[in-house]
Amino acid sequence: MKNKFEKIVLLSIVMMLLLTPCFAKRNKVTIAGSTTVLPIAQATAEIFMDNNPEVNISVRGGGSSVGIASIMAGTVDIGNASRHIKTKELVAARESGINPVEHIVANDGIAVVLHIDNSVKALTMVQLKDIYVGKIQNWKEVGGKNLPIVVISRDVSSGTFEVFNKLVLKGAKSVDGALMLASNNAVVTTISSTPGAIGYAGLGYITNKVKAIPINKVMPTVKTIQTKKYPISRTLHMYTNGVPKGLVKKYINFVLSPEGQAIIEEQGFIKID
Amino acid sequence: MKNFNEKVFKAITHIAALFTIACLGGIIITIFHEGFPILKYAGLIEFFGVEWHPTHFPADFGITALIIGSVVVTIGALLIAIPFGVGSAIYISEIAGNRTKEIIKPIIELLAGIPSVVYGLFGMAFLAPFLIKVFGIPNGLNALSASIILGVMVIPIISSMSEDALSSVPKSLREASLALGATKWETIIKVVLPAAKTGVMGSIILGFGRAIGETMVVIMVAGGAAQIPTSLFQPVRPMTAAVASEMGETVIGSPHFHALYGISVVLFIITFITNFITEFVFLKRRNK
Repeated sequence: MKNKFEKIVLLSIVMMLLLTPCFAKRNKVTIAGSTTVLPIAQATAEIFMDNNPEVNISVRGGGSSVGIASIMAGTVDIGNASRHIKTKELVAARESGINPVEHIVANDGIAVVLHIDNSVKALTMVQLKDIYVGKIQNWKEVGGKNLPIVVISRDVSSGTFEVFNKLVLKGAKSVDGALMLASNNAVVTTISSTPGAIGYAGLGYITNKVKAIPINKVMPTVKTIQTKKYPISRTLHMYTNGVPKGLVKKYINFVLSPEGQAIIEEQGFIKID
Repeated sequence: MKNFNEKVFKAITHIAALFTIACLGGIIITIFHEGFPILKYAGLIEFFGVEWHPTHFPADFGITALIIGSVVVTIGALLIAIPFGVGSAIYISEIAGNRTKEIIKPIIELLAGIPSVVYGLFGMAFLAPFLIKVFGIPNGLNALSASIILGVMVIPIISSMSEDALSSVPKSLREASLALGATKWETIIKVVLPAAKTGVMGSIILGFGRAIGETMVVIMVAGGAAQIPTSLFQPVRPMTAAVASEMGETVIGSPHFHALYGISVVLFIITFITNFITEFVFLKRRNK
């Protein structure tokens, strides 16, 4: 009797194992692309899978270009990009019968941060660039005290660096002596203890031990980033082939829902308006 | 049966030894396999160039500034750790009484047990602001602060290994020296220390390996600027910091990815050479 029972259990386990791939295939969503959007995709996918245990979402990085290229090649369901699709890419996609549809899933804004005692109250984008490429090296050149500027940047492969590099430096190399720190927290901590420091970090990381300053007279806030009035902000996107259907639609709707947007805010991004 | 047990035991230890070798082999194959393709993109001269802008367009993959960063903080660490490490070893082994010895030795060894991330936090939150105040420098995350933290980390390694070496010098040598009228100081410097030279040198080389391979501390404290420093107060980007902080976000198979493996190859070669020196120069002398 006992033996029979064991056999049945064993058999059903084997059956389940054999059948799992069939189920998985039907309920699978694949996502690839921008490393900036990666934490958003991962965090939302995790919660989405918790809510819908039958669904399996696989998320990969690779960069914005990879995300869009994968949509064009039809190898993924969703391609993430921290930039808009380029006209060239759109034309190529249309030619191969793919219709990329853009979904704005989050806003991303980077605050410029100074030491709390720094007398400089605001900077322009041009001054900011000059500071980061090493043209301006002392705070007195931008109306502050006679104090050398300590330029703090993020590691070259971080998403934050990528935005800053593109929107502020516009492709120029930052000064060789710039400190490259590994995290937003490290940047904020270091600035709080370094009187001459300037750095940048996601809006969510700014504490009251440092001060964020307006750039081009616009203060970084959730509102100014959502409306893109603040110059160092951008939107993050997910691309699908055509209007999403079925599971992909369900997932994207989840990302755009209040619950999904709350997860996005937890990851240090700004929710969509 | 006894013979059988003997054989099983032999086989188990044999497998254990082979396992380590297999792991080492796997690591060597991987880093060389992934590291060499960088030469396709950059060429040897460019790879040992000065400019490190791996995500810039066009990218520069020169690692000289990173190598110099590693060397500077390592030498700085040893300059701090050798006097304190060997000094404390001499005190514990030769001068301190039994009771002091029992208190000091575990305390120094406790330093070795502190996780490196804690050292890093200490450097960021305490040492960097402190250096800014003391030296009036603009930036506290620099080669000096990394050297100090690494130095403190290396002290217990040098101290405990040197102490073992000093303690194993036969008592008769000391007695002979004292009997000839030498003072305690002369005995330590001219008799005991030379007799324990191999062990002390070994501890320094081990400390060197620890300092050059340490990653977390240099990520947090060295400042991370990929430049050749002109003073100790400038930030540097040691090789380990570059690999660890850039690997996570780079695209697998890209030139940047291979460049980071290339750095690992260089690091491997440096540690291999130091181990080689310890094995052959010092152990050979001991065998004679």
